Amino acid sequence: MGERKVTVAAEVGLHARPAATFVQRAKLAPMDISVQKPHGGGPVNGKSILAIMALDVRQGETVVISAEGEGSEEVLDELAKIASTP
Amino acid sequence: MNLRGVGVSPGIGHGPSYVLTVSVPEPPEGATYTGEAEQEKERAMAALTQVAGELEARGNQAGGEAEEILKAQALMAEDPGLVVKVRSLIDRGLAAPRAVFEAFTKYRDVLAGSGGYLGERAAELGDIRDRVIALLNGQAMPGLPVAPAEPYVLVARDLAPADTALLSRDDVVAFVTEEGGPTSHTAIMARSMGLPAVVACPGATRIPRGVQVMVDGTSGEVRVEPAESDVADAVGAATARQAALASWSGPGVTADGHAVPLLANVGGPAELDAAVAAGAEGVGLYRTEFLFLDRAEPPSAEEQERAYRAAVEAFPGGPVVVRTLDGGADKPLAFLPASPEANPALGERGLRRFARYPEVMDVQLDALAAVGGVRVMAPMVATAEEAAWFARECGDKGLTDVGVMIEIPSAALRAHDLLDLVDFVSIGTNDLSQYTFAADRQLGAMSALHDPWQPALLDLVATTARAAARAGKPCGICGEAAADPGLACVLTGLGATSLSMAPSALAAVRAGLAAHTLEQCRDAAEAARTGSSSADARALARAHLPGLDRLGL
Repeated sequence: MGERKVTVAAEVGLHARPAATFVQRAKLAPMDISVQKPHGGGPVNGKSILAIMALDVRQGETVVISAEGEGSEEVLDELAKIASTP
Repeated sequence: MNLRGVGVSPGIGHGPSYVLTVSVPEPPEGATYTGEAEQEKERAMAALTQVAGELEARGNQAGGEAEEILKAQALMAEDPGLVVKVRSLIDRGLAAPRAVFEAFTKYRDVLAGSGGYLGERAAELGDIRDRVIALLNGQAMPGLPVAPAEPYVLVARDLAPADTALLSRDDVVAFVTEEGGPTSHTAIMARSMGLPAVVACPGATRIPRGVQVMVDGTSGEVRVEPAESDVADAVGAATARQAALASWSGPGVTADGHAVPLLANVGGPAELDAAVAAGAEGVGLYRTEFLFLDRAEPPSAEEQERAYRAAVEAFPGGPVVVRTLDGGADKPLAFLPASPEANPALGERGLRRFARYPEVMDVQLDALAAVGGVRVMAPMVATAEEAAWFARECGDKGLTDVGVMIEIPSAALRAHDLLDLVDFVSIGTNDLSQYTFAADRQLGAMSALHDPWQPALLDLVATTARAAARAGKPCGICGEAAADPGLACVLTGLGATSLSMAPSALAAVRAGLAAHTLEQCRDAAEAARTGSSSADARALARAHLPGLDRLGL
């Protein structure tokens, strides 16, 4: 299982446009994507904008993005980049 | 009928009202369907997909900020978690509209419970839900008038981005909503369109359709069927004001050349551009707690240094006054926990809280010392001992220009003691009102006591400014009071040496000051203090400030 630990850089956190961009990309991936706060509850579906929003990730907070399967490394790199874009 | 809400986008707009009422009744509880579950699910999915498609299409048409918002909403309409919930509710026998209603409501409640930004997104979810249900019921969504005969004032309970995205600047003159806050979409859209807007205005949807309405996006006043002369006056004043304000630029100075630096209140690096663009001469209040809010851990020394250095670089020649972390009361910080308090505004907040967490304080003071060129001040200082302690801590870090805020009456009354120990003071009029009048700032019902023209508040400002003048040290004002052009003249007359405010208020204050001499400001200040109420004080002061009327201020 691949993982990326990312600090969210956007001022609005993982909400609004950053969340939408993230989910749009995640939805294109064939495998499941999960997102988790290191000290939060269980992982949530990275393709669900409502779940990502409810996770309430603020600027400067860290999330762990996970995916498994063929092509997952590339997907994770792209998602990590989106999450860490200011 | 006059209504009052919160002005979130300045200007005067008037025209006939158009009241947008979107009423999609709740599908009856326990409503079932006849036929196959699969068919019912398909019906629900088709409606969700269609609404998502419409939102996306509107987004493409609208472009810009609205496009991003609408595309995010399209994603919400087809959210996989939501889809699973709708399908399982239909499997349990619920009809598609009811299943959609319950699934959306569940998510909406989660977001609404979080408050703030997420709470406002909850309203959007309610809007998407209503669109889907209307579609399933074959009910038409009420839209906005196309090519109206004359531009209208749009009134609604709340406006969703889907409502406002395709609005033309030519069709609408102002917005009024019953709900929403300064960060709601209505407010954001109105500001980006440059249209006046009033939100959180109770009773707005009871305005009859088609009657003349005048909206003052600065004061928050909404007047139904105003006299024609009132409209002419308000529009004339707004036009004159704009013309006058545009003609002033440069540093803050009275007509006779007495300099009063006009500074900006900022909450972080993102707000510096607006401050520079508005012609601020420096930062009079850097609210550092905004760097710390909503975080599990305090920002690192490096992150803080970057944030403070950005301000110094934005204003190379001007002062940058940084307030140390002001946590507690209405600004709780996760990493500075306190035991529960019955009256947090009277409890361990500001410097009191900061002092209990030396490790957090060390990092902030070190970061400020590393940046250099900043003035540092402490919030919520009540006594000379506290001021001495803060000055010592800052001195140990090598900080040389150290001050305290005057926002507790005890500090104002004994300002001379505090000024023996520090290099400057800055009066925070908002909290000073709260503590002088024993009136909670967060309670709407207390708003009259928070009128910054209250003579008792002016007395405390006068006491502080006089002490500062005797000590030969600066006395700035940071707080809503400085943003009122008339009061800015009065504060100058009382002896304030700089005025700090939201960047949007700078132009009016600059023009007001330039229209009067220091002598007139002093006369106005003296007159204001003879008043026995805030209305008196304002009227008495304005009699000495004839330039305000000329400028339409």
